[in-house]
Amino acid sequence: MSMIRKVLEPIGDLWSLVVGLRITGRNFTRPQVTVHYPREQVPTDLTDSYRGPIALVPHPRDATKSKCTACMICVGACPSQCITVVKAPAPVITPEQEKTFQEAEARGEEVERPVAPREPVIWINDFSLCSLCGMCVEACPPRCLTFSHELNAVGTSRDAFLHNLLIPYPGSLKPTPEQVQKLQER
Amino acid sequence: MHYEQLGVTEGDFYNRNFEKGAREDTMILNLGPQHPATHGVLRVIVELDGEYVIRAEPVLGYLHRMHEKMGEVKTLSQFIPNTGRIDYGHALGWNWAFVGAVERLAGFEVPERAQYIRVITTEINRITSHLLWWGAFTLDLGAITPIMYAFDDREHLLDILQMPTGSRLTHSSFRIGGVCTDLSEKFIETVRDFIPKMRERLPMYRDLVTDNVILRKRLEGVGVMDADMCRRYGVTGPVARGSGLAYDVRQAEHFPIYEGLDWQVAVRTEGDSMARYLVRMDEMEQSLNIIEQALAALPAGPVLMKNAPKVLWKAPKGESYFAVEGARGKIGVHLVSNGGEFAYKVKLRSPCFSNLSAYAEAARGTILADAVAILGSLDLVIPEIDR
Ligand code: SF4
Ligand code: SF4
Repeated sequence: MSMIRKVLEPIGDLWSLVVGLRITGRNFTRPQVTVHYPREQVPTDLTDSYRGPIALVPHPRDATKSKCTACMICVGACPSQCITVVKAPAPVITPEQEKTFQEAEARGEEVERPVAPREPVIWINDFSLCSLCGMCVEACPPRCLTFSHELNAVGTSRDAFLHNLLIPYPGSLKPTPEQVQKLQER
Repeated sequence: MHYEQLGVTEGDFYNRNFEKGAREDTMILNLGPQHPATHGVLRVIVELDGEYVIRAEPVLGYLHRMHEKMGEVKTLSQFIPNTGRIDYGHALGWNWAFVGAVERLAGFEVPERAQYIRVITTEINRITSHLLWWGAFTLDLGAITPIMYAFDDREHLLDILQMPTGSRLTHSSFRIGGVCTDLSEKFIETVRDFIPKMRERLPMYRDLVTDNVILRKRLEGVGVMDADMCRRYGVTGPVARGSGLAYDVRQAEHFPIYEGLDWQVAVRTEGDSMARYLVRMDEMEQSLNIIEQALAALPAGPVLMKNAPKVLWKAPKGESYFAVEGARGKIGVHLVSNGGEFAYKVKLRSPCFSNLSAYAEAARGTILADAVAILGSLDLVIPEIDR
């Protein structure tokens, strides 16, 4: 009895093969679902919710400047410590200027001493460390950070991922040589 | 007696410190850490008598990333991205466990819409996780095609999940007191379209794989774990439910949203690899039910509570524990705070760690190919074990 079953069972089991082949055959005639990167790209409606490297928002009145006020809150919020922001330096007051200010103050006039502009001169995101978590974007009080939808972040060295976020803003202030040097030393 | 004490000098620390068995005619073999049959970098040292496994000892730690320690040097909200990276399969489950622990500690009330969003996204994430397991498991068993079908569906789901979370794998979109983005109209529509499509796919999976005689012959009666054994090792999730333990954190802890929805805890009593397989297949269907109902009942309102913690928020002093049903079992976070910005201690309870500990016993006496099948049926994610 069991001998007969042993012979018959595998024959019955062949049915699984037929089912499998039927499903495979049906799928064979379906259109391909794979996107052949880089010859093809995924449709952009799939990528506009993607969080890419962070970017700065332009200033509402002056599009050549970013909206950033160099408040440094994002630097503290970032879990990966990959943001470097350097504020614009305080303007240098020459001794003559200082003298005229003091004289004016002695006369009892209101003196407007030049203050540091509330703008960044360096804004670097180390994308090789960034975890795309969105803490900086949510923490920024003026809401001046967004995620770009850049998918193809490729580089051949680590330095290629040091994104300078001020590049699209030619109107931003330039760092002083000392500031650059200090950054390079880090 | 360890091999080192017997004068063996080859092999690494674990090989030399492997206990010598009672027999002389056995072979010691390393499965992994780089082996296609062990997902990720799990290493199992097995003692073989021909094809039969006499002993199997997992070696852990190849992917240890100090997540618990990192919790002590990052502020509470800065730790959220870490939780998304503990388990790449079910990142949102970990997200939820951690923010839940913080919320419980601080006594925060999460807006209802945010709770629904958490349920919907976590369940979608559970399906993607099960699909990944399904594909990889059949790959373990030697079937190459199913993973292509699984990834077809999974890719669509990941695209959907990207809309509210912003990423496809290491989601970190839950925030203390809510979630970071609201669900868009497009998301709701796409999910509504996707659910019937997925329901049509599941019978195809059943025909192609579940009813396949080769799969059944390889899984039925293999690696039987009874309920008692599951309890002894603290096994949870689909593995425990495959052994007849109807324990699901979503139901056992009375999660607010799940309570109001119509769904069942998938349970099988056989306790073999096939039962674990079937539990997960049923769970995908249940998840679809949950998503569908939650979408229909989605209330309007804010997604983040008012006065949600800012960057330098300090948690109150105290302890809290919060558990979530992950795709692999009970995810627990025990948070101890001494009133600072950082947690004093974050203990992460990994379900896979407990599930893997049962493996040594389950694999004893099976043939090597079955041992691999049992390993696959536990649905291990190695980064989560090592944390
Ligand atoms: S997205 Fe996260 S990791 Fe990246 S810069 Fe912003 S805060 Fe830092
Ligand atoms: S938080 Fe916003 S405004 Fe402040 S430094 Fe960062 S980007 Fe600039």
